[in-house]
Amino acid sequence: MIARRFAAHAAAPALGAGTLVILAVLVEGLIRAGVVNRFVVPLPSQVLAAIPRVVAEESIAHRFWQTTQEALWASVLLVVVGVALGMLLYRFRMLRRACETWVAALASAPIVLMYPLFLVIFGRSAATIVAIGFVAGLPPVILKTVEGLAGTRSVLLDVGRSLRLRHAQLFRKILLPAALPSIFVGIRVGLIFTLINIVGVEYLINFGGLGQLINELAERYDLPGTYAAIGFVILASILFFVVCERTEAWLRPRG
Amino acid sequence: MPVPFLAVTDIVKRFGVDDDALLAVDRVSFAVEQGEFVSIIGPSGCGKSTLFNIIGGLMPEFEGRVAVGGEAVRGTHPAFGMVFQEESTFPWRTVIDNVAFPLEIAGMGRRERHERARRFVTMVGLAGFERRYPAELSGGMRQRVAIARTLASEPRILLMDEPFAALDEQTRLLLGDRVLQIHRELRQTTLLITHNITEAVQLSDRVLVMTYRPGRLKREVAIDLPRPRTSEVVGSDAFGHYVAQIWSDLRDEASRGIRDDETRALGERR
Repeated sequence: MIARRFAAHAAAPALGAGTLVILAVLVEGLIRAGVVNRFVVPLPSQVLAAIPRVVAEESIAHRFWQTTQEALWASVLLVVVGVALGMLLYRFRMLRRACETWVAALASAPIVLMYPLFLVIFGRSAATIVAIGFVAGLPPVILKTVEGLAGTRSVLLDVGRSLRLRHAQLFRKILLPAALPSIFVGIRVGLIFTLINIVGVEYLINFGGLGQLINELAERYDLPGTYAAIGFVILASILFFVVCERTEAWLRPRG
Repeated sequence: MPVPFLAVTDIVKRFGVDDDALLAVDRVSFAVEQGEFVSIIGPSGCGKSTLFNIIGGLMPEFEGRVAVGGEAVRGTHPAFGMVFQEESTFPWRTVIDNVAFPLEIAGMGRRERHERARRFVTMVGLAGFERRYPAELSGGMRQRVAIARTLASEPRILLMDEPFAALDEQTRLLLGDRVLQIHRELRQTTLLITHNITEAVQLSDRVLVMTYRPGRLKREVAIDLPRPRTSEVVGSDAFGHYVAQIWSDLRDEASRGIRDDETRALGERR
């Protein structure tokens, strides 16, 4: 019974890891066969071999922590400001009609290209990176918060009204938990934008954690090292995704 | 003259304004005595749910008067507990936390409210499912959770708007047994809105038949079937007699509703 449950739990991660291995083997084969140029894409085996070197020589732990810290601050801002703005747009219909399209347009704007403006405001510092990451991730959080709140089934609100809940209680006990799945979708998408932009700005202004490392390794034309560093960015992304998923499950269990 | 427990007097409800106004409910009056089980039956579009929302206080704009024990009420009132047609359990709460919700709002401590809620969970036949989430339950079980939650708020009058409409006939009959048992146990004054004749006759002391739009009371049928009742009563001759009697009243109204729908659909097509 326990073995069967373990097998059921382990099956999906094993399938995921297996797919990755197959893909790496496939790429390795294509490069070795000369179909893909090895001066553009390094061999996966070389990337794998470069990881210990990057860890030992490029103070990866420190850089990883730097990027994670920047992403963490941007995420906190993202959740606090994004959800609050979403609530505001939901509460005031006029404001929503006026701003929703602009917020959606902001989602497709290449915020990262505005880094000179942020440099002028915040200087060449972590604040610039956090600010750009925060602004880039904001639109999906706002939009999905509005969508989640507006999409709450009216019968749930009727239950609250029939029990004479005050506005604040109705919001806290019914609207917010009902909207949480949608809000978390927004947070997850926002986090992806945030992380991409944080690493992108680190790369562009040659400051900070993993982005700067990728810049330096690329400048040295150390392709296996560059790809290994990108692997650490993916690791940071997985870390944020898992934390986000766990937080949602804790806040809103569904059985 | 004794004051009725629930008195609904001359209720009129219009939607829209001036010439475009739709008269949904027209001068509906009736009374329900304490501990009585009354059903309101009518075809789709007769204003049953509008009446449910007016009495429950979710639709405060109307003409007429709703009174509980002689006291006029407008808006939501602690005397009423509402069970809705749509599935209304909170998916993020376990069965016990769903049922304990009104007690939580009232400020009762966790242990005490769970103890109180457990009584109602048992009453609706869901003992053993306390820690399950609604997603793990069937539609009928979820509706029982909603009933238990409403009962936990200890209303003086239970209002139910087609609570079993989405369920199959067998489940509906068996849940009817459960409702009868609860009614027997609590002597709960109950007003049921339904379009199901079998359900109305199985459960009620009286059935109020409504006309198609505008909704007016057409007839009152006293159901003189012995209590305690179970779903076995549906096989009796007397049951069949009541069903036939109510259907003869409803048939014309339901036909009118269908004709009206067809005319409207044709008009929209042109």
